[in-house]
Amino acid sequence: MAVYKFKTPISEEDIRKLKVNDVLYVTGTIVTARDQAHRRALEFFKQGKPLPINLEGLAVFHCGPVVSKEGEKWIAVAAGPTTSTRMDIFEDEFIKNFKVRVVIGKGGMGKKTTDAMAKYGAVYGAFTGGAAILAARAIKNVKSVEWLDLGTPEALWIFEVEEFGPLAVAIDSHGNNIFMDVQKKVEENKQKIYEKFGLLP
Amino acid sequence: MEKAKIVENVAFNILKQAVIYLPEDVKQALKKAYAEETSETGKTQLRAILDNIELAEKYQAPVCQDTGTIIFYVKAGAETKDLEKIEEALTNATRRATKEVPLRPNSVDPFTQKNSGDNTGRYIPFLHWEIVPGDSLELTVMTKGGGSENVCVAGMLVPGEGIKGLKKFVVDAVIKAGAQPCPPNILGVAIGGGADISMEIAKKAVLKPLNESNKDPEIAKLEREIFEAVNMTGIGPMGLGGKTTVLGVHVDYAFRHPASFPAAVAFNCWAARRASARINADGTVEYLTHKIKW
Repeated sequence: MAVYKFKTPISEEDIRKLKVNDVLYVTGTIVTARDQAHRRALEFFKQGKPLPINLEGLAVFHCGPVVSKEGEKWIAVAAGPTTSTRMDIFEDEFIKNFKVRVVIGKGGMGKKTTDAMAKYGAVYGAFTGGAAILAARAIKNVKSVEWLDLGTPEALWIFEVEEFGPLAVAIDSHGNNIFMDVQKKVEENKQKIYEKFGLLP
Repeated sequence: MEKAKIVENVAFNILKQAVIYLPEDVKQALKKAYAEETSETGKTQLRAILDNIELAEKYQAPVCQDTGTIIFYVKAGAETKDLEKIEEALTNATRRATKEVPLRPNSVDPFTQKNSGDNTGRYIPFLHWEIVPGDSLELTVMTKGGGSENVCVAGMLVPGEGIKGLKKFVVDAVIKAGAQPCPPNILGVAIGGGADISMEIAKKAVLKPLNESNKDPEIAKLEREIFEAVNMTGIGPMGLGGKTTVLGVHVDYAFRHPASFPAAVAFNCWAARRASARINADGTVEYLTHKIKW
C-alpha cells in the first residue's frame, strides 16, 4: 500500500504507477459530474461541441454538493461522493472521449468501466461515502459552475483542491477491481452463512 | 409565541441538529467498529468517517452532503391545539433549514425532473401521524439518504418457510446492496401486516437507538442472529472489505394474513440522522436526542 500525491493534469504514465489498495491524494482541478452531466457531456461530444472545461488529465468527481452563495462567490459546504454505479452506463465513453485520469466516487464501478480504465489509463479513487466535510475542507476554491440549469446537485462544479483524499485506489489501470474481488469473496461467504444459520433449502 | 411558530422553530432546530450531529449511540458504535475492524482498508474508511463526524460538529456543517428526503414522525396528543397548522409549520421549517443550514435541495418532480429547490413538493416533507393521549406534541425527523434508500426491499415470502425464509431474505438483501448504501449500515427488518405496512414499520425501526434491542427476548435473539450473519458477508466499510457491514439490526412485526408473509428490509447509512423534541401544552420544549439548539 503506497501513498501517491499527484497534481493535475495527471499523465497517463503517472496514473499507470498506481495499483489497487494504494492511497491517492489529488491537488489541482476536479470537476463534479453526476447522471445528468455525464449524459449531456456525451451528447456535446457527439455533436462536436466543446465542454465548458477541458477534462484531459483531470479528475471527475461523482458528487452533488451542498453549496451556499456569499455575494457572488460560491462556497462548497459539504461535498462527499455519490454512488458511482449509476454512472457505469456512461463512464467508459467518458474516459475515452475526455481523457480524465481519475474517477472519484463511492460504491465502485463495473467491468465496462474497469476495461476502459485499463485501455485508456485511468483509476477509480474511492472516497469515503458521507465524508462530506473531509472533502469540503480540501476544496480551496469553487472556480466556477456550469450547467446550473440541471439543478445544484447535477451541475458541473469546478473545484480547486489541495490534497483531496484519501482516495483508496479501488480500480487501477491494470484491470484490477477491489469491489469485484470483494463481491467474489462475499459470494463464497454467503454459502458459509447459509450453512451456519441453516438457511439452505 | 403562537403554537405554529413554536412548532416551526422546533422543527428547524431538530432538522439542523440531525444533519450536523449524529446521535451518540451511532458515534459510539462507529468508534467500536473502528477499534475492532481488522481490514486495513476498512479501518481507513472508518477513520475517515470518524474524522468527518468531528469536522461536521466543528464547522457546524451537514455531516453528509446528501441531506436526504425529509420525513417527520408526529406523535400528537389528542388534546393538542392547532393540529391543522402543523403540516404548514413543518413545511416552512424545511424551507428555512434548506436555506439557512443549508441543506441540499433533494426534491425533484418525477415527470419534469425539475428540482423544487427547497426540499418541498407533493407529499414532501412526508408526515407520519400518530395520535396519543395527552396534550403534548412529539416531533421526530429523519433525513433519509438516497444511497441507502435505493437498496430497501420489500417482498412477499412463503409463509411455510417462516423465520428461516426471513433470515435468508435479509442476508440476500445485504449482499445485493453491497457497497451502495454506505456501509456500515443500520437495518430495520419487519414482517407482517401487508406490503406497505411491513416497509413502514421497518423504516420506523431504524429510528431506534442502537443500544436498544427488542424487549421480546426471542426477537432480540433474532436481531443478534441477523447481525452476526450479515457481518459475516465481508462487505465491510464502504464495501471495500472488512468485518463491519452493519452497526445494528432492529426487528419489528405486525400480525400477518394467513396466506401472506410480507417482509421488508430498510437500510440506513452510517450517517443515521435523526432528532426528536417534545412541545408541551404550555409552549415549553424538551429536546430529546440532542442537547444543542439554536
